[in-house]
Amino acid sequence: MRDHLGRPVVVVTGLGAVTALGFGVKDNWSRLLAGQSGIRRITRFPTEHLKTTIAGTVDLPGDEGFTSPERVERMAAMAIEEAVAESAIGTKGAFPGPLFLGMPPVEVEWPHRFSLARAGDPTYPGMTAAAAGRADIYETCLYGGVGERLAARFGTRGAPITTTTACATGATAIQLGVEAIQRGETEACIALGADGTVQPEALIRFSLLSALSQRNDDPTKASRPFEKNRAGFVMSEGAAALVLESYEAARARGATILGIVAGAGERADNFHRTRSNPDGRAIVGAMKNALADAGLEPGDISYVNAHGTGTPENDKMENFGMRAVFGEDAPPISSNKSMIGHTLSAAGALEAVFSLLTIRDGRLPPTINYDEPDPSITLDVVPNVARDATVKHVLSNSFGFGGQNVCLVLSGEPR
Amino acid sequence: MTRHEVVVTGIGLVTALGEGPDAHWNALSAGTAPVVDEATYAPWPVHPLPALNLDAQIPKKGDQRQMEPWQRLGTYAAGLAIDDANARGLVEDMHLIVAAGGGERDLALDEQVNAELANRNDGGGDRLNELLATGLRPTLFLAQLSNLLAGNISIVHGVTGSSRTFMGEESAAADAVRIAHARLAEGRGGIALVGGAMTAQRWDLLLLYRGGEGMYQGAFKPLSARQGMVLGSTAGFLVLETAEHAAARGARVLARLDAVASDTTRRAAPGDSAAAARALLPRVAPDGVDAVISGNSGSPAASAEEEAFLRELKLPVRRPASLIGHGVEGAFPAHVALAALALSRGGFYAPMDPADSGEAASPNRLLVTGFGQWRGEALATLSRAEAT
Repeated sequence: MRDHLGRPVVVVTGLGAVTALGFGVKDNWSRLLAGQSGIRRITRFPTEHLKTTIAGTVDLPGDEGFTSPERVERMAAMAIEEAVAESAIGTKGAFPGPLFLGMPPVEVEWPHRFSLARAGDPTYPGMTAAAAGRADIYETCLYGGVGERLAARFGTRGAPITTTTACATGATAIQLGVEAIQRGETEACIALGADGTVQPEALIRFSLLSALSQRNDDPTKASRPFEKNRAGFVMSEGAAALVLESYEAARARGATILGIVAGAGERADNFHRTRSNPDGRAIVGAMKNALADAGLEPGDISYVNAHGTGTPENDKMENFGMRAVFGEDAPPISSNKSMIGHTLSAAGALEAVFSLLTIRDGRLPPTINYDEPDPSITLDVVPNVARDATVKHVLSNSFGFGGQNVCLVLSGEPR
Repeated sequence: MTRHEVVVTGIGLVTALGEGPDAHWNALSAGTAPVVDEATYAPWPVHPLPALNLDAQIPKKGDQRQMEPWQRLGTYAAGLAIDDANARGLVEDMHLIVAAGGGERDLALDEQVNAELANRNDGGGDRLNELLATGLRPTLFLAQLSNLLAGNISIVHGVTGSSRTFMGEESAAADAVRIAHARLAEGRGGIALVGGAMTAQRWDLLLLYRGGEGMYQGAFKPLSARQGMVLGSTAGFLVLETAEHAAARGARVLARLDAVASDTTRRAAPGDSAAAARALLPRVAPDGVDAVISGNSGSPAASAEEEAFLRELKLPVRRPASLIGHGVEGAFPAHVALAALALSRGGFYAPMDPADSGEAASPNRLLVTGFGQWRGEALATLSRAEAT
């Protein structure tokens, strides 16, 4: 089966998800539909002197000493395991296609530096001398390390691709996988996004950008996308994986088709490092490009899975962009981030997973914490309570710091 | 699906030898000595950046202040490539893939925190929070964030067609070139900018790579006379276009980028990596090549695999890392740029290393190799433009 541009149709045959709401797609989805929040006080490390002391952490068994790359790898592996099992593709440890991994940048972290400095010299020349033989630090903190270990574990083919486009990362990973199937490089691939960087330095960095909510006394109320009193996002962890296949390959092996990735669109912004151009051109362009790539008109979209971070700026611009694309008849839009927080590099992939479930169940997850409407947000944000709806096509928005914007169109199984 | 030929119409090249096509062609075709700083990072020699007139490519001081040296280098070289392609008017719909490093640290702050907290047995506790909350510069995060090299290329040069950043050392750069090529070949856009950059003058990076046992320490020696990598500050950016897009605007074509292929072996046994490259060769060079620009980094295990692969080719080989050092994310695109440059000048380079042998007076087709210091094997082939 080919799409309107003559490309192989790309279907989804396996999903996996980990968030602060739980492990596995099923639990996550039922808790999202129930409007539960996974945001809580951070207990993993001391939070004195931090402006923000809440997050959507994923607490892994025995993970106290883990650094971010180890956490990312663990959650990524869980999500892939679940997606590959559902897809029932390949054989154990031999996935018949490449890996596209969206994850945050990694670097040598404080536990590594302290361990090197304890050799006696806290300076960089001293630590560098002490790093001799520390293959553990080298292989953990190389940018290609996590992807390579996941590729080895799941036996994916070819060079694993690791990508980062800030908050659009997970969507970029899916887009790369879709393109590889469309151009006939492969008949299947794993695309995922994973993030696990809730640690003091990362929180402080985002705080210095004035990006984080400081509503520490009431964690479940802190993430308030589209609401009048929203004041920043809540940093979170998680992972989501999708097994993507060409329609033909999936049908030929009798796989259950969960939905299709009908289109992807992107547009970069050149206005500012952390803000969209007030003319909205890049986010509007990304949405329109995704619709055009899917061969759809705005009126075909039943629901939009928002970027919806809960920063004053993002939500205002997303509302603006939605109106520019959809006009008066904008479809309902809701933000998963109201419940799971902003999972950063994982967000685009998690939101693609939840978009597919929205289509499957005909039920829109809510935007929780919508207590007081913001007059400048004119969209139907599915406030507080999930709602039944007939959903054929979902637009999923991801807008990143650095001006990297990616939108996906997810659709039901072709009939 | 119609396949489009892909051509190189601009290169942005910065190494310790200088910047731009002429500086590199003149030095490398005649033969030159390396520029080495053996003192600043002793015992680790590095090939330093040349002096750059940043204002020429990053006119706003405010933009320069929002970047650490790695982002500035990459943004600068990206601008050189756009200028070389005479493509300033095409940036709005230009696609972008960057192979990124990043992670530059505030060394003074790190050393201060280390000195106070390393020997506590609680991981630093709340005092770590306090020192970081008061010590971290607000601008540092974005100034060293991996995807912000691409972000700055969008902001400074206006490249907005799309923007993707790959991570993963050498192979990230090879796959960036591979995917940029594949997207143009299948008709996704007409013009793309792809490349990577790495600054060698960084203790935090020396620290990371030191753990891998691939670094050379001691008095500088050429690549084939040492065991290990000497890092060299490197930026390589390429403007790629479909042949139709280039012809329609009358662009000067430096070379045709015929094919790019990559793989990743686990390197579980000696010979695995060379075998992977051998398997890629027919995909990129079904009709053979005249000479090779080798990405040999010097990292001992990878270097042995690459040399085994090169010996079988029995072709003239040049090893740029001997003169400019290993450029990690910058290496593969810089070496592709050097191949395009040689093809456009109708000549080849003088030996760069004592092990470089063979002559190729006027090559028609060149192979570029890239063996990652830890993982990744990649090959690219380029042809002379008039041979298309």
